[in-house]
Amino acid sequence: MRAFVIFCALLGSALSHKLFTGDQVLRITAANEERLAFLQQTYEQEKHLQLDLWREPLRGSPVVDVRVPFSSLQTVKAFLEHHGFQYEVMIHDVQALLDEEKAAMDRSRQRERDTGSFDYTSYHTLEEIYAWMDSLVAENPDLVSKITIGQSYEKRPLHVLKFSTGADRPAIWLDTGIHAREWITPATGIWTAKKIATDYGRDPSVTALLNTMDIFFEIVVNPDGYAFTHSSNRMWRKTRSINAGSDCVGVDPNRNWQANYGGPGTSSNPCSETYLGPFAHSESEVKSIVDFILDHGNFKAMISIHSYSQMLMYPYGYTHDPAPNADELHALAKRAVEALESLHGTKYTYGSMISTIYPASGTTADWGYANGLKYSFTFELRDTGRYGFLLPADQIMPTAQETWLALLTIMEHVRDHPY
Amino acid sequence: MSWFVYATVTLLSLVQGNPTVKSSQQQAPPTAEQSVGYVQQQQSTLEYNNMEPKPALTPAEAMPVEELNPSHYPARRAAHVAQHYLNTQHGSPFKLLGVDRVVSATSEEIAGVGMKYVVVFALKEMITNEPMGQCSAEVLYPIGEEQAPPQVQCSCEGLLHIDTKAQEEALYQQLKASDSLVSGHNIPDSYGFIAPEMKPFWHLGGVASSFVMLKESNESTLYNMAQVVNVTQQESQNKELTFQYHVLLHEMVSQEIIHWKLLVAWCPAEGVRVLQTEWQPKCHHCVAPPSNTTLTLYSTS
Repeated sequence: MRAFVIFCALLGSALSHKLFTGDQVLRITAANEERLAFLQQTYEQEKHLQLDLWREPLRGSPVVDVRVPFSSLQTVKAFLEHHGFQYEVMIHDVQALLDEEKAAMDRSRQRERDTGSFDYTSYHTLEEIYAWMDSLVAENPDLVSKITIGQSYEKRPLHVLKFSTGADRPAIWLDTGIHAREWITPATGIWTAKKIATDYGRDPSVTALLNTMDIFFEIVVNPDGYAFTHSSNRMWRKTRSINAGSDCVGVDPNRNWQANYGGPGTSSNPCSETYLGPFAHSESEVKSIVDFILDHGNFKAMISIHSYSQMLMYPYGYTHDPAPNADELHALAKRAVEALESLHGTKYTYGSMISTIYPASGTTADWGYANGLKYSFTFELRDTGRYGFLLPADQIMPTAQETWLALLTIMEHVRDHPY
Repeated sequence: MSWFVYATVTLLSLVQGNPTVKSSQQQAPPTAEQSVGYVQQQQSTLEYNNMEPKPALTPAEAMPVEELNPSHYPARRAAHVAQHYLNTQHGSPFKLLGVDRVVSATSEEIAGVGMKYVVVFALKEMITNEPMGQCSAEVLYPIGEEQAPPQVQCSCEGLLHIDTKAQEEALYQQLKASDSLVSGHNIPDSYGFIAPEMKPFWHLGGVASSFVMLKESNESTLYNMAQVVNVTQQESQNKELTFQYHVLLHEMVSQEIIHWKLLVAWCPAEGVRVLQTEWQPKCHHCVAPPSNTTLTLYSTS
């Protein structure tokens, strides 16, 4: 059905033939099973209306989406109203929508080839971010390369930017975009990656850092989720993997790591936002990073960036027992947070994850720590709840700039304390 | 397989007092708790525990008072509860209060009653970003298996210093005089954008949500309003303006997004009142049309 609709749409656009002008998509709610059956019967019988079912009712959701050709609209609406069916107009003019889509696609095809003119003050789609990555590599061929470490559930590539000036270096891992709705994180990630590329050779500290260590930066850990927040549900958090035996989709990628997997702060319910998955590393998005870091064998730090709450946290999330170098991590976090605050006055709290935000098991930083990366941190960026996940785009730059100061503080410490 | 709608409609009529330096949780006027069922399988009543303020306890009944780390979550959650309480008392389309920083906190188990937190925090007015001095709050989470609202007493040194009467009156008069009814959706939108004329309704949504967030809070929750999905002004029956709200609340510990519908009344003289609240069950298959982006064609195969 979908293929047919798209074919018609493309054919229509190609021939400049407005096939869907004035057509509407109605969302009809049936109050009970009986009503639903009546509706379905009508749909099947009244072929002359040329109704086009877009969404069937699913268990637990007695809602149908139907495209109604313009010629049948009056009849259908009269029918619905006469029989007391509640409906709403989801799409007022399908052709107008198609035209808009095509225009948007044309616009996005003119992708920015230049990271200097890239708009760092707005949120970008996955396609735009992936295109920007290629630009960054093209502009900094001696410093930056792109590695594909695996595929997401829906087969999107998982790209990591490698910043390196020599072979066999110890490495730092940075990631953003593990939770789909935390848009400020990949936005900060892009700016930060550009900052690193720009500062190498100009800033003494960054230069010294990259002359001794490599940085690996995965900007969008969860591309399926991120795409879903653009297309369907802005508040989506998890991956988009199908859970066997459940209607609910997705695993919380920050509960899926083998680090006291299944412990406190996780849920075994696939419908939950903190669903830990069927087993540790079940998510390809997680497994790809695990394999990459273990195969590399020489990572020294892991920094995973989330939003929101304005916190900087170190292990553990799953126990109150202090990490062996907790004092060092605490002192480092304090300095990082002070550096961050110095720019715009943004206040952060810091401490172990379990005491600062909540108990959580199977998290990224705890896994890193358990695998010998003794400088493992989790950031929660702006804000503290006023806008939450819907942080205005005009806060992207200030957030990225202040976070950079904290990141640099941590990375300098890692650089200066080799082990 | 049959489906069920789990909806609880409650009458919540907490009258907002005038801004005072010291405010304690008022007794709600006696209201019959109503649960309107269009519930097929389960019926549930949400009881609003309007407890009498407990008399002071003799030392023998109290456990040791524990000093809390102000950076850790127990203190922060308690401060956040006080924030919700303050907004139910003092919030308006032009006034929204927030915790800027927790200064100090203690907790104490009161046998047979619950957990009592005493928290001192720096208060901020969120719209103007003005520091408002410090507040000292007592938050009592009642003991028990079922959710019951925490009891809050709070005194703040700086609350009287913000005067939003003129702005409130101007908006009120403008809406009263208007022929059309205000409506909006996705506030903020996906990009965090809010049209300037919609901001007061965003703030109003935040204040109204505070009533629900306060009532739903316990030691294991931290609530924020994530978004106003839509707001529709209703025909006015009296001097109050009425709005139907659909809001998303974000609960930090479970990370869940929870839908609520609220019927909200406001006028400058009476402040914000929440007339009805209705929890919306989580819909696993619902696709929310994205805001401010081109809709992509969606169809089943």
